[in-house]
Amino acid sequence: MKGWLKGKVILNVVVLVCAIYVILPTVLKLGPEDRLPLLHKERVRLGLDLQGGTHLLLEVKSEEAVYSVLERLKNELKDAMKKKEVYALSVERSKDRVYVQLLNEEMSKPFDDLLKEDFPSLRVMGQQKKADDSLVLELSLLPEEEREVKEMAVEQALETIRNRVDQLGVLEPEIARQGQDRILVQLPGIKDPERAKAIIGKTAMLEFKLVDEEHSLEEALSGKVPEGSVLLYGTVRDRETGRVKKVPYLLKEPTLLTGDALSDARVAFDQFNRPYISLKFTSWGAKEFERITGENVGKRLAIILDGTVYSAPVIRERISGGRAVIEGDFTLEEARDLAVVLRAGALPAPVSVLEERTVGPSLGKDLVDKGFRAIVLGVLLVLAFMVLYYRWAGLIADLALVLNVLLVLAIMVLIKATLTLPGVAGLALTVGMSVDANILIFERIKEELKGGRPFWTAVDLGYSRALVTILDAQITTLIAAAVLFQFGTGPIRGFAVTLTLGILTNLFTAIVMTKTVFDLLRQGYRVKELKI
Amino acid sequence: MKWFKSKGQIDFVGKKSIALSISALMILLSFAVFFFKGIKYGIDFAGGTLIEVKFDKTVPLDKVREALEEGGMSDAILQPFGEQNEILIKTKATPEAIEAIKTTVRESLTQKVSSEFEIRRVELVGPKVGKDLRSKGIKALIFCIIGILLYITWRFEFRFALGAVIALIHDVLISLGIYTLAGKEVNLPTVAALLTILGYSLNDTIVVYDRIRENMKKMSTALEVIINRSINEVMKRSVLTSFTTIIPMIVIWSLGLGILKDFSFIIIFGIIVGTYSSIYIASPVVLFFEKKAKR
Repeated sequence: MKGWLKGKVILNVVVLVCAIYVILPTVLKLGPEDRLPLLHKERVRLGLDLQGGTHLLLEVKSEEAVYSVLERLKNELKDAMKKKEVYALSVERSKDRVYVQLLNEEMSKPFDDLLKEDFPSLRVMGQQKKADDSLVLELSLLPEEEREVKEMAVEQALETIRNRVDQLGVLEPEIARQGQDRILVQLPGIKDPERAKAIIGKTAMLEFKLVDEEHSLEEALSGKVPEGSVLLYGTVRDRETGRVKKVPYLLKEPTLLTGDALSDARVAFDQFNRPYISLKFTSWGAKEFERITGENVGKRLAIILDGTVYSAPVIRERISGGRAVIEGDFTLEEARDLAVVLRAGALPAPVSVLEERTVGPSLGKDLVDKGFRAIVLGVLLVLAFMVLYYRWAGLIADLALVLNVLLVLAIMVLIKATLTLPGVAGLALTVGMSVDANILIFERIKEELKGGRPFWTAVDLGYSRALVTILDAQITTLIAAAVLFQFGTGPIRGFAVTLTLGILTNLFTAIVMTKTVFDLLRQGYRVKELKI
Repeated sequence: MKWFKSKGQIDFVGKKSIALSISALMILLSFAVFFFKGIKYGIDFAGGTLIEVKFDKTVPLDKVREALEEGGMSDAILQPFGEQNEILIKTKATPEAIEAIKTTVRESLTQKVSSEFEIRRVELVGPKVGKDLRSKGIKALIFCIIGILLYITWRFEFRFALGAVIALIHDVLISLGIYTLAGKEVNLPTVAALLTILGYSLNDTIVVYDRIRENMKKMSTALEVIINRSINEVMKRSVLTSFTTIIPMIVIWSLGLGILKDFSFIIIFGIIVGTYSSIYIASPVVLFFEKKAKR
């Protein structure tokens, strides 16, 4: 045997052995628990559509983050104007604009100074003089400031969602930002997708506000909410009828403390075995909470989550130690999920679900089984056809086909690519197409034989002449696969992956490997001629 | 083994007017199908909600429909799917409503249908995403065709590229026509299938072109003769490869692998049309442009 042939044979054997080694755990269906010392650890990763799970595409309503920043600035502006004696009839926010109605034009100069000095992120968009001599100014955030706020909102939402998913105990979740304000969440193998969605999507904005006891609640309910106060509701479940009743609260507008001050939230039980949530503050939060409770002994402090009042207990004494509780009519599950979202922190802006795809575990398993059967049956049929049509040469092509499928799967394991349902179709197409190169070569050999060439010359010519054609033809399919990868989402990308790998490995198996076998027959075994 | 009797002397080019007429007719028919029957977009592109339910035993669709109507879901469209006892429930729903829908489905079915069941799959696509996916799909097809045009122009000549692209558009239109006629829905996998058909049919066409290029170097006869001879030489391979590619697709189709059933359906027809076009359409078009250029 010549040296180069020996090299080629060794190369082929090494590739084959490596492929089998990498693919063995998948074929034997070994789980991560039965790690045999000598075997490769990874299996082919299955997409959500094959192993079951939930795919969520969320949109962060980042404009809401802009609203809340403006709301805060508006309150600060109001206070600052009072201090500097800049008089205004009203200071209101509507969506992403703040409208300041100055008493008269003389106020405009001090107001501008105040804005320049203390509120550099606000700018005046326009002004309008009213009949009563007052001046209405329209303010908004600077565009770069607004972009920054939105960007931060999405980044923070991503972080928060990541924290929450961590608490769900999902193995290998995928959470990624997509485009400007979208977040993709993939939860493989999740048992209770509804609960997961509720936990991920909850804004969980925790606020502490004082109850307004100076004004009448009845009057507020009739529509006259006093300046500086807000009307919010809580719910109470009637223990006997189970009916949910809405309870109104009149609260002072400023938020004294938010969920940012929390370091931990746990479920605990009172003496009647009812669940409540025990909160622990950060050291800074604990100091704030101590100050707030110290200054307001005897008043009621409302605890509000996402705009719903949970409880409003009376502050009996200054509370030090940095602990507080949220009581309410929770079921154990509600309390547990609430603790999870409070621990993970609030979303800076609400999110909405744009797309959801959930596949149950039994469907996934069905598809894997059927997909496996389809591939095996497809391979067997093509193998049989090739042997029937090309005899011995067909057998060589069959070897290449089997190695091709093995290689695609092995590379998928190595690069940690995901096998999806369309990916199975890509694999099936690979099976059909991978014999194409061999058919091209064999037909060419037959033509050369017809032209009167001796067998081995015909083989060499067949390979060298078919090579250009094979390359040209496969590259165009690669173009289609690349486009698919670029534009496709999840499952479709899986298709592009198997198709691309199939084409690439095919170049090796159909050309290099089969030629090695031919060379081996000719040089090693001195075969004179082969039926083709 | 000799399965092909002919000595490879079929006059493909001579029959080009017949072939072109058949193709033109097929394309016209496809347009008629698009126009009168209309392309049916699935939830990937149209948006909406889809719930796949599997029952323990066969349950008549009417009974499920009744149950859902009583539950207030009269706009739901039901259709059998996959195996006998599986159905798809489709509604036009907003993301906010999905939990309510799942509950309704679960409650109505539990009360009215005397069979155990399981919700196996839920897919919800909001209108925004549907629109995004649609534009992505169209972009993908356009970019693919441009990429191919560039590649063939570089490797061969521009008139060859034109011939290939015309053959490709021919394939996509007719495959989609058959698909629509069969009343199937266009979803993301359908676009993937169309792109695959593009790649595949092109693969066939290039094998023919490659031989034409090779023969053009060897012979100095009329292009018409060269093309005819080249097609005859590679036709066997085209048919054989199409056959081996169709086999696994037929297996997938007959096993009914969920969404892959429709996917394999369009690919099977796409391969047949693609093989035909690379023999009868792609090269005669090159000839057509050749004659034009000479005038």
